[in-house]
Amino acid sequence: MQEATKLGDKKINDDLLANIFGSERRYWLVCGFLAMGVGAFALAAGYMIVTGLGVTGLNRPVFWGFFITNFVFWVGISHAGVMLSAILRLTKAEWRRPATRAAEIVTVFSLFTALMMPVIHTGRPWRIIYWFLPYDFQRMIWPNIRSALVWDPTAINTYLTCSILFVFVALIPDLAVIRDRSTGIRRLIYSGLSLGWRGTSQQWKLQMMAGVLLSALILPIFVSVHSIVSFDFSMAISVKGWHTTIFAPYFVIGAVHSGVSAVVTVLILLRFLFRWEDYIKPDHLDALGKLLAVVGTAWFFFFALEFLYGIYGAEPDEIALRTTQLFSMPWGAMFIAFLITGYFFPVPMWLFRSVRRSMFWMTITTISVNIGMWLERFLIIVPGLMRKQDLSFVWNVYSPSIVEITIVLGTFCLVLLGVLLFAKAFPLIPLYDIKEGEVLQGEVTVGRAKVPAAFHEE
Amino acid sequence: MANNHKWGMVIDIDKCTGCQACVVACQSENNIPINTEDLVLQRRAFQWIRIERYWEGTYPDIKARFMPILCQHCENAPCEPVCPVYATYHNNEGLNVQVYNRCIGTRYCANNCPYQVRFFNYWEPEWPEELKSQLNPDVTVRSRGIMEKCTFCVQKIRRAQVEVEQRDGEAIDDEQLRTRNLNPACVQACPSDVLVFGDFNDPNSRVAELSHDERHYKLFEHLGTDPNVIYLKKIDLEAEDEDHH
Repeated sequence: MQEATKLGDKKINDDLLANIFGSERRYWLVCGFLAMGVGAFALAAGYMIVTGLGVTGLNRPVFWGFFITNFVFWVGISHAGVMLSAILRLTKAEWRRPATRAAEIVTVFSLFTALMMPVIHTGRPWRIIYWFLPYDFQRMIWPNIRSALVWDPTAINTYLTCSILFVFVALIPDLAVIRDRSTGIRRLIYSGLSLGWRGTSQQWKLQMMAGVLLSALILPIFVSVHSIVSFDFSMAISVKGWHTTIFAPYFVIGAVHSGVSAVVTVLILLRFLFRWEDYIKPDHLDALGKLLAVVGTAWFFFFALEFLYGIYGAEPDEIALRTTQLFSMPWGAMFIAFLITGYFFPVPMWLFRSVRRSMFWMTITTISVNIGMWLERFLIIVPGLMRKQDLSFVWNVYSPSIVEITIVLGTFCLVLLGVLLFAKAFPLIPLYDIKEGEVLQGEVTVGRAKVPAAFHEE
Repeated sequence: MANNHKWGMVIDIDKCTGCQACVVACQSENNIPINTEDLVLQRRAFQWIRIERYWEGTYPDIKARFMPILCQHCENAPCEPVCPVYATYHNNEGLNVQVYNRCIGTRYCANNCPYQVRFFNYWEPEWPEELKSQLNPDVTVRSRGIMEKCTFCVQKIRRAQVEVEQRDGEAIDDEQLRTRNLNPACVQACPSDVLVFGDFNDPNSRVAELSHDERHYKLFEHLGTDPNVIYLKKIDLEAEDEDHH
């Protein structure tokens, strides 16, 4: 465990609120760059909606491609929020403190982005209201609850609502701090948002209870959201590579793998942007790295099972699908890239303490995981459709168009920009949580001296 | 509905010559967008009925096998439960119907169709000026962003019900369908009598009779979709042990 210096409440407030009261140039540069990406995203999506889905590379039978891959990917990323906040909170892992809010914010913005994907991907997005809301009362036509596409928005909207509540409850004491430090219209806004927080012991008690209760309530969502997303595929009896019962746990654990990795990447980016060297320390990355090594291996186990179950029956259509996935170009190359970037490069790396404590290597390995996990979803969705059934006459290939590539890259800018703009108005590291951590801080012995530890360990 | 129909089709693979007359007839009857070279190269061509051509054996001992495939109007259709807005559902006459106005274009139904007989309007369909007056007034012209597929020429079935059952008070049988030109376009166009359309619930109909033929099978029966289209196997005297589909 690494030693730390006591920071004191004032320094914590000053450091963590610095971006709200005046941003550095590098912050605006990064935001500007991301905004350009979001602009490209908006242009491409607008062009696609006006012109029609013909501008994509989709065809028959590959009716779903880049967008649905991206949808699954972002729902996966969103799992970091519950994993880090709820589960680590309930298990009292002390090292979670600086990472929780960033994880929840990544959750909120990636869920928004994920929801956007199926919407712009429909043939007639302007009629999307028919999908989400009951309509046509006179003729008793309701959304079809047998469809996994109705379960999907239900699960995701529940998750989104819970996540926003979760973030808000945790924010209240920090909002009060900002209120006390600001003047004018800003003070008015933060007064409203902080709901009259005075920091009395009664208020603290209620806030703590709300946090713990929400953590417990959000746990079922942890299992359900990505299970339901996987049902989009596993319910489809006609697509060989999709119709398998192992998908739900396989998707959930994969989501945690990519989500926690994404949070590590974001934390390192924030540490660089806002100079949070005192808050995000190698110890935190060390702990996250250990968690990732375990989660990654569990995910790999499910991946191997899914593959084995697939080929075990040796049905001709299944073999045709796996042959495409493994041995035809470019799918085979993607498959190898997926295995290396998703598992065989990062996980063995995380076994080394020096890697887990290195900002550089953690950035590389966690980005690598997410490249791998994106490819994984792509390799499940597209080859499955290309080789749907035995009717080899209609087998086909898919390659994305420039519009699809722009939109997918744009979503990465969108999520990051969302997180950064949020950081302009709200602290991304919970102030009181860090202060509480300081109070609980343990001590480590360095030579003869006893110094405060980076975080408390029981 | 006064009469309890169960529409269906029997396809005798043995008679199919692969002439594609059914494909063309369907195209003009149902206002299907013109399959331009572009559309075909994008692999987005519309063929509510298509002839799949498979080669069997190796050159020079090679045989072409033809298989007409259209919507199987499954009793237990995989496309139906997955539509979030009920744009596709099963009616009480054995038809799998598509409601264009409800469709929002999620394309989930097309993914879940094992026969790949659902088509998506990726572009706004366009006809050359001189072909616009050729459009069938009985059939909706679809816009972009929605799914479409074989309807068993539901407009003709409806006309049969209006003209034969309601106006003349007679029963719809094979004879009526044939003499009044009320069979689906593909059935009318087929020169070798491969396609037979009719009512499975009418014991005297040809489809009911042929559905008991010893050569009959259903496509992808193992999926449990229970299609209303029945195939009759190819008779191949030289084949040693031909495996089933």
